[in-house]
Amino acid sequence: MGFLDRFLKTPNWGVHPEDHKRPAADVPLRLFPSPERIFMPLHQHVGGAARPIVMVGQKVLKGQLIAQAQGNISAPIHASVSGTISAVGEVTAPHPSGLPFKAITIDSDGENRWIDSEPLADPFSAAPEEITKRTAAAGVVGLGGATFPAAPKFALGKRLKVTTLIVNGGECEPYLSSDDRIMRDYPEMVIDGARLVMHAIGATQALVGIENNKPEAIAAMRQAAAAFPEIKICPLPALYPMGSDRQLIKVLTGIEVPSDARAAETGVLVHNVSTCAAVHKAIRLGQPLVERIITINGGAIAAPGNLYAPLGTMISDLFAFVGLKEAPSRLILGGPMMGTPLLHDRIPIVKGASGILAFNAAEAFVPEAGPCIRCGNCTKACPMGLLPLEMAARIRVGDLEGAEKFELQDCISCGCCAYVCPSHIPLVQYFSHAKGELTAAERSKLRTEATKRLVEAKTARIEREEREKLEAAARRKAERDAAKAAAAKAATPVAEQTQGASA
Amino acid sequence: MLMSVGSLAAMGLALGSVLGVASRYLSVEADPIEAELLAMLPGSQCGQCGYVGCGQAAAALAKGEAPVTLCPPGGKATVEALAAKLGVKVDLSQVVDSGPQIAEVTEEICVGCCRCIKVCPTDAIIGAAKQIHNVIREACTGCSSCIDVCPTEALAMMPIPVTLQHWTWPKPASAQH
Repeated sequence: MGFLDRFLKTPNWGVHPEDHKRPAADVPLRLFPSPERIFMPLHQHVGGAARPIVMVGQKVLKGQLIAQAQGNISAPIHASVSGTISAVGEVTAPHPSGLPFKAITIDSDGENRWIDSEPLADPFSAAPEEITKRTAAAGVVGLGGATFPAAPKFALGKRLKVTTLIVNGGECEPYLSSDDRIMRDYPEMVIDGARLVMHAIGATQALVGIENNKPEAIAAMRQAAAAFPEIKICPLPALYPMGSDRQLIKVLTGIEVPSDARAAETGVLVHNVSTCAAVHKAIRLGQPLVERIITINGGAIAAPGNLYAPLGTMISDLFAFVGLKEAPSRLILGGPMMGTPLLHDRIPIVKGASGILAFNAAEAFVPEAGPCIRCGNCTKACPMGLLPLEMAARIRVGDLEGAEKFELQDCISCGCCAYVCPSHIPLVQYFSHAKGELTAAERSKLRTEATKRLVEAKTARIEREEREKLEAAARRKAERDAAKAAAAKAATPVAEQTQGASA
Repeated sequence: MLMSVGSLAAMGLALGSVLGVASRYLSVEADPIEAELLAMLPGSQCGQCGYVGCGQAAAALAKGEAPVTLCPPGGKATVEALAAKLGVKVDLSQVVDSGPQIAEVTEEICVGCCRCIKVCPTDAIIGAAKQIHNVIREACTGCSSCIDVCPTEALAMMPIPVTLQHWTWPKPASAQH
């Protein structure tokens, strides 16, 4: 069966959701005018939050570093407008919980003045490490949504001697078209970025995977890549989740990444097309990542399309620009399959925000969940080859370890199972809940162990102090005795002499 | 001389063999399950369970005198581990995981008496005489031993705020019925 699949090149997983990409994808890219105020979150990436290095009242230029990376896996944050820092405070995070996180507020001066940049003149004769260093300094992270810092990934690729770079232009999520737009409008940027990434990781070829529902992007990219035989444009069948790295690698190279391994260990590295364009800007123009293309789509939007907007712009400002037909019934950051539900629109856009969806009541309707009828559709749809129905049945009764035995940790939360479920069971929420609880249990176990160590350390300290006290007392006693003996010795001859004299 | 040495040696031999026999026949076997249970408990001897320390709590658990939900600082994970070990069914939804709590010093009231430092089982409080004390959040286990000894009530238990990193999706509502 596996042989036949490879022969026919038709994956035996995934779903075909209605893509809803057009007409928004065909509307020309619009430049979002500089907002009056932006809120630049300090944690827009996987890893440690950045540490602010600016003061309230300080004037900053566009592209100026305002927060440093902290730790090995982290990314710096730069000002996305020129203006004055007005606060270093908190703002609602683009997260389903609606909890706040730290952000730097900048009041724009409306001039959008860039800081002086120093592009790298001839990057291909520079050392690969130089590309990695500059990419890190520009705060480039994976723009496909995972927001993993790009530079550590380059270093990993270099270390593991990756030969193939896969450029991810899949964009399989319905409604989104920001990657489509960047490939249509700036294909040479993407191709040049891909060449720079190849240079940084030492790859010899690049495969650009683009779903065949984007013929304009494929044509534009083919034209831009014509001069570079090492870059191959590969149209892919439009199938969700084609843009997921493991699935993309399997379809493009035939390599199946093992469950406990990283993609780089199999000799390939995946980077998104927008990430490649960001690398191009960081190296060729010396510009840090402060703007991105974002899709605004959904039934509640009056003029859906793609905007080129500074990071940290409030979603409400974007909505004011494109217009709302009605109050949105549901807001989603990202795509409808894997995106993050948002509680309101007073939330800034971040590096990983590929789109904002504002659904009307009809689109937001979620049917009530029924019981599982064990039809098995979810097992056919699951791109990781898992058994969603078995896992959900166990999580439902609180048997999380049971679910773990069905390889819950391999679940990529793509939502295929919930999409095909005829009973509309919120399967992904079950899995997210279970993963969260298991992580929390793991954390509390580590905490208990740490407590034990601390208790032992305290006991050892008390014992040591007791011992030292005793030793000190003994020493003092010995000194006293010695002093006494010395005094006695000194006194005795005198006494004898006096005795002798008297005698 | 020889007589006394001989009689003492004989007495030693006799008493020694009595002790040896007694240790063989009258030995008190340490319950192996008790040791395993003890290993699961935090070991901070905080006494919130009502027993003197974790050892006594483990003994009570092994005898079945105490419920597996006895350890507040251990949280849900400890309850689960204990229940699995003892083969007891436990309704976890009934366990009030009041959420992790840690001690916090109100700096305006702290007089720097050092009493809390002495009782803290994990050395999580720093400070010195007549200096404001403070709690190292990462080291505090939330045993609340320090609360009772504070003469000015400067110490209080505060729930650890939920952060983005610690938030987890709730179980779907449809799973409840």
